[in-house]
Amino acid sequence: MVGLPSRHKSLVLLVGMILLQVLLLAVQIKKDAQGRLIRVWTVGAVSPFERAGAYSVSRVRNTWNHYFALQNTSRDNEQLRRENDALKMQITQLQGKAAEADRLAALLSFRKSHQEVPMLSARVIGASADSASQTIYMDRGERDGIRKNMGVITADGVVGKVIEAFANTSQVLLLTDKDSGVGAMLADSRIQSPVGGTGEPLLAMKYVANDDVVKTGERVVTSGMDRIFPRDLPVGTVAEVKAGNPFKQIRIRPAANLERLEEVIVLLTLRPLELKKDSSAVPPAAAPAAVTP
Amino acid sequence: MNDGYDFHSAETHIEVHKFRTGAIVVATALALLIQAASPIYFSKAAILDLPLLITIYFGLSRRNPSTGLLLGMVIGLLQDSLSGTTVPLGLYGLAKTVIGYLASSIGARLDTEHPAARFALTGLFFFVHQGVIVLTRRLLLAQPEPWLTMRLVIAASVNAVVAIFLFHLLDRLRRP
Repeated sequence: MVGLPSRHKSLVLLVGMILLQVLLLAVQIKKDAQGRLIRVWTVGAVSPFERAGAYSVSRVRNTWNHYFALQNTSRDNEQLRRENDALKMQITQLQGKAAEADRLAALLSFRKSHQEVPMLSARVIGASADSASQTIYMDRGERDGIRKNMGVITADGVVGKVIEAFANTSQVLLLTDKDSGVGAMLADSRIQSPVGGTGEPLLAMKYVANDDVVKTGERVVTSGMDRIFPRDLPVGTVAEVKAGNPFKQIRIRPAANLERLEEVIVLLTLRPLELKKDSSAVPPAAAPAAVTP
Repeated sequence: MNDGYDFHSAETHIEVHKFRTGAIVVATALALLIQAASPIYFSKAAILDLPLLITIYFGLSRRNPSTGLLLGMVIGLLQDSLSGTTVPLGLYGLAKTVIGYLASSIGARLDTEHPAARFALTGLFFFVHQGVIVLTRRLLLAQPEPWLTMRLVIAASVNAVVAIFLFHLLDRLRRP
């Protein structure tokens, strides 16, 4: 109060006393839902600063977290990336195993439905070294009962035939090879004609007369005439039909996925087979565990 | 320009009254006692606000805003204390602080010895006092008190009349 004129002194005193008593009133007065007025005022006065403080702290923390505290983020990021790669690899492996399980289940199902035919499962371990020939190698050979000219199939259809049998491996000539062929017929019209490879993904059905009606999409199955494959095994579907001279030019899409073979079934017999019709088919003596993979 | 009213020179010409020792304390105590006790025996006496009249009188007489407002505050707070739980501490204190300040400020500028001036000023202060109370009740207590009623006008008139006689009585407590 020192230095203030007398009138101002009393004015300041008045304001001070009024404020003091207002404060006194506020301490006593209770608002219905909000408690004592002093608390309402105090909270009202303090909360903007609290809000501003919280906002400032939040901003500072955000700035710190997003700009300054990132020294370990790069390391974490690298670790997470590695983990992510490992997980991706695991997923790929699991997908592969699931696909393999599906294939094996299909093979098993196929074998169960053709129990009269001696079969042996084999894994594809290699392909031909040159692009001119369409061959694969299997992990089964003579010791497993495999012989030259035995038929090789998958659950989807015909694959080819064994052209070489080694002690523990064997080589299979795929249907798509130029020198390959299988006795086949159209499933609906029962028109018989050999199907051979062309060196390309599609096969060719050779001796069908131009007068015969062949529809695109028609199924082609084995005829059993080659004495390698039993009748009615899927060979493929008609992909393209053109009139030719003297025979139709018919292109067949293989039923088996010959470009991605991993497991195959070897028909362990050199005798003519008849699926579900010829029960006299017996496995060769050299194949004691023929029906077990 | 020489005919203009000069507050400062006016202040110097108005006498600041001194009172006998303990006069203010005794007068205040009696006023509070009567204010608290009289309605018990005579209900109409509640219309009087003796503490307010004491505040106005000593404010006008002492003519010092600081002591006037402090005296008003003390009287008001004591009145609050005696008013029971319905009146929060500070309600009359606040109003009488303002009145004490105003009375002292006006008393320092005007001659308030004339009964007419005392009647008018007491009536005016009564309304101001009531205005501060209503304002406080409305703002702080959320009590919708009316600003002006007939009872208030009557009370202001009664207090103003009583003030003429009371102030004359209190003049006797002044030091010669």
